[in-house]
Amino acid sequence: MTDFFTKTDISRKDAENIVSDTLNKCDDGELYLENSKSESILLDDSKIKSSNYSSDLGYGLRAVTGEVVAYSHSNEISKSSLKQSADNLQSTLKSKKGTYNNKISKTNEKFYNDINPIEEKSLNSKLELLKEVNNYTRAKSGIVQQVTASFTGEHKSVEIIRSGGEVLTDVRPLTRFNVSVMLEKNGKKETGVYGIGGRQSYDEYLKEDNWKKVCDEAFRIASVNLDSKPAPAGEMKVVLGPGWPAILIHEAIGHGLEGDFNRKKTSAFHDLMGQRVASEGVTIVDDGTLHNKRGSLTIDDEGTPTEKTVLIENGILKNFMQDRLNARLMNTRSTGSGRRESYKHVVLPRMRNTMMLNGKYSQEEMIKSVDKGIFAVSFGGGQVDITSGKFVFNCTEAYEIINGKIGSPIKGATLIGDGPSILKEVSLVGNNMMLDPGIGTCGKAGQGVPVGVAQPSILIDKMTVGGTQL
Amino acid sequence: MVKDQDYLKKTASFCVDLGKKLGATDVTAVVMNSISETVNFRNKKLDESDRSDSLAVSLETYIGKKKSSITSSNLNEDNIKTLIERCIETTKITPEDEFNSLPDKDLLATKIIDLNLYDDDHISNEEKIEYLKEVEEAAFEKKEIINTETSFSESKSNFILASSDGFLNGHKSSSFSASCVTVAKNANNKMERDYEFTSTCHLHDMLKPDQIGVIAAKKTIQKLNPRKIESEKISVIFDRRISKGILSVFASAISASSIARGTSFLKDKINEDVFSSSINIFDKPNIIKGLGSRYFDSEGVKMEELKLVEQGVLKQYLVDTYNGKKLNLKSNGRSGGTTNLYFEKGSISYKDLLKLNTRTLYITETIGHGSNLVTGDYSVGATGFMVENGIFKHPVSEITIAGNFKDIFKNITLADDLEFKYSTNAPTMLIEGMVVAGK
Repeated sequence: MTDFFTKTDISRKDAENIVSDTLNKCDDGELYLENSKSESILLDDSKIKSSNYSSDLGYGLRAVTGEVVAYSHSNEISKSSLKQSADNLQSTLKSKKGTYNNKISKTNEKFYNDINPIEEKSLNSKLELLKEVNNYTRAKSGIVQQVTASFTGEHKSVEIIRSGGEVLTDVRPLTRFNVSVMLEKNGKKETGVYGIGGRQSYDEYLKEDNWKKVCDEAFRIASVNLDSKPAPAGEMKVVLGPGWPAILIHEAIGHGLEGDFNRKKTSAFHDLMGQRVASEGVTIVDDGTLHNKRGSLTIDDEGTPTEKTVLIENGILKNFMQDRLNARLMNTRSTGSGRRESYKHVVLPRMRNTMMLNGKYSQEEMIKSVDKGIFAVSFGGGQVDITSGKFVFNCTEAYEIINGKIGSPIKGATLIGDGPSILKEVSLVGNNMMLDPGIGTCGKAGQGVPVGVAQPSILIDKMTVGGTQL
Repeated sequence: MVKDQDYLKKTASFCVDLGKKLGATDVTAVVMNSISETVNFRNKKLDESDRSDSLAVSLETYIGKKKSSITSSNLNEDNIKTLIERCIETTKITPEDEFNSLPDKDLLATKIIDLNLYDDDHISNEEKIEYLKEVEEAAFEKKEIINTETSFSESKSNFILASSDGFLNGHKSSSFSASCVTVAKNANNKMERDYEFTSTCHLHDMLKPDQIGVIAAKKTIQKLNPRKIESEKISVIFDRRISKGILSVFASAISASSIARGTSFLKDKINEDVFSSSINIFDKPNIIKGLGSRYFDSEGVKMEELKLVEQGVLKQYLVDTYNGKKLNLKSNGRSGGTTNLYFEKGSISYKDLLKLNTRTLYITETIGHGSNLVTGDYSVGATGFMVENGIFKHPVSEITIAGNFKDIFKNITLADDLEFKYSTNAPTMLIEGMVVAGK
């Protein structure tokens, strides 16, 4: 654990006093300190293209009263800098008076270990493995034109000091290993990407030659796309595969269930609490407590222990995801969903691991039931307009379904739908729930945070497929 | 106050000298400081104030053809020393790459002509609040508007780039921006959202607050009651908000790194027709107060105006030192990308462009990341309006538009309404023959 006050001109006691003095007439707030080390090692075009190590240290001081948030952050942990931030906050909130909120409940449960993944694997062995990945993947076939492989790792220590000297801490490891392959055959080029990761050491994910499976998978996706034909255009039935395609859940309804948009009534879901928003078989949770998963957190960035929050139960809207500010204003409790990208950012309610739970149908039954449609197995990114509810995501591996059978692969196409109505179109929920391999980063208001998604296969009765074949 | 040049020069030189002393054959360092103050307003009330002060150094060390890098926001001398030591240890075990090198000395920028990129004016948070109040009042003039979120941000930055080749230069810049996002509701409680913004180098060049509020409200209300349309092949017009996106795709596809890696659909297209013959594309680094203007690129290489596309023919790539060496090309000062990139304006008026076809789909917003630079395939979600005989008929949503950039580029007609509102700018753009997927 980092001691943030060594090598500074300010003692912990002084910092606590500044925090208490600044926040005593506010509803909420804290001093958030962060020390993060990160690395990124990239092999590309058969060479080590970059090896970067980053060290970022700073604080963010936040005061909240009523609906107003005042925030000030800096890299410089010093008496003068902290005092300047405190003055800045007080000038924003000078005419407001609040009552400082209750203590935050403590947890002894940890969902990942305090390791430094960057130091746990030597640079030499990382460089060696990247070289092996390159050789192994290129040896698979003469049509491999380009291989890109990377390690990214992070070790982030956070400390939250609240008014009155309450202190909460967490140390968060995060790793990811990624491979991208480009193939060229008969003048046609296609890429395939696959990655794995989470909150454990690199070797946990790479052991037993697991890295080969990552290369194989990237190669397989690119090969499938080489044989793809143009995607159809128009409304049709869509079967989504298990795991990462749950990014649909994340975009289509996850963002719309974040507390801030609902408090502000800008989400298409804000007046639907307790109402049916999905078919009977659909249950969706947002869970920060899965061990070692990318979206898991022991405590959120306000210090609240995370939990498993039921969002939709058997089709009925049950809860929004809340940080402390939105929870207070909506007369509910924080669900441990207050997150920020770093000390440079304000807290927002965010997703952690968002999962649709199992139903009872097999993927085979779903495909059999479709006369004409598509089977989408993997996706790139997605995006949503939470106000109109419209969302999109891009297929990176998909097939046509004709008369109940999987047909040719089709080119990457965008699928578009309407958030509040899409879950009512889910007619079958599969029994094969799977988590994504640990690759998701969610963007909101310019802040990226690691997230996870999970779902079984699902059948959607009607979605618009954005291909080129009319 | 943002840190001055002397402080940044001292720190950058310290890093370069220390790197050399610790065994690097070459070192580059960038030290930058940025201070910004933002005020957010919502429904005529203060929502958030945010003050940001960031200081960071990023450093690259070379040992012959080996290279490694570090970045840090902790400029404590002991910490810097530890990090540079680490960087050099890493450099030693990183494999050689024959193309690694500092830029050619004769390409480094020497003459700096003042482009007026820094405005010392300061606007207090109280004044920002006054401005945002006016924005929101103008937006709330319309009864359909039920929610407004506005933001005013002022930012001042300064940086120095130093290299062991003796390059030591940098400059201050400023940015002032304000935005307004409005939500409108129809009789059936269905909502739509839209926005307007202004972003400038100098405070006095910003739009007047009521202009922003009025435009945001108008654009939002226009979107109410959208319909989904049938799937069809149809001519599409891109509003200026998104026509510039076509240029961004083009810029990524002609970056020397995509070309050298062979992952661009524009590889080996130099001196070939890529666009229709009426199209010219420029990248101009030296526009006074330009949002993309720069004195030199991120390696210190001088920048000149580039004519990237001339009468539809691709003339050059965007070249940095490393990928230039790979491609056997000299850097043209585009490490770090384009500057003020724009299409030369077309010859037809906006009104006439709307009337060129009897039915046109006018797109105001796209969502999703549906541009594939390897294949040129394009498929994104879209919202906009149906235009018939030059008249806006009704809003359209929940559709996608798709095509391939190789075809799209050849079927572009540009209006004569180019304006410089972003760093990358394009006039209103007609694209023939896109496929729309709807019902």
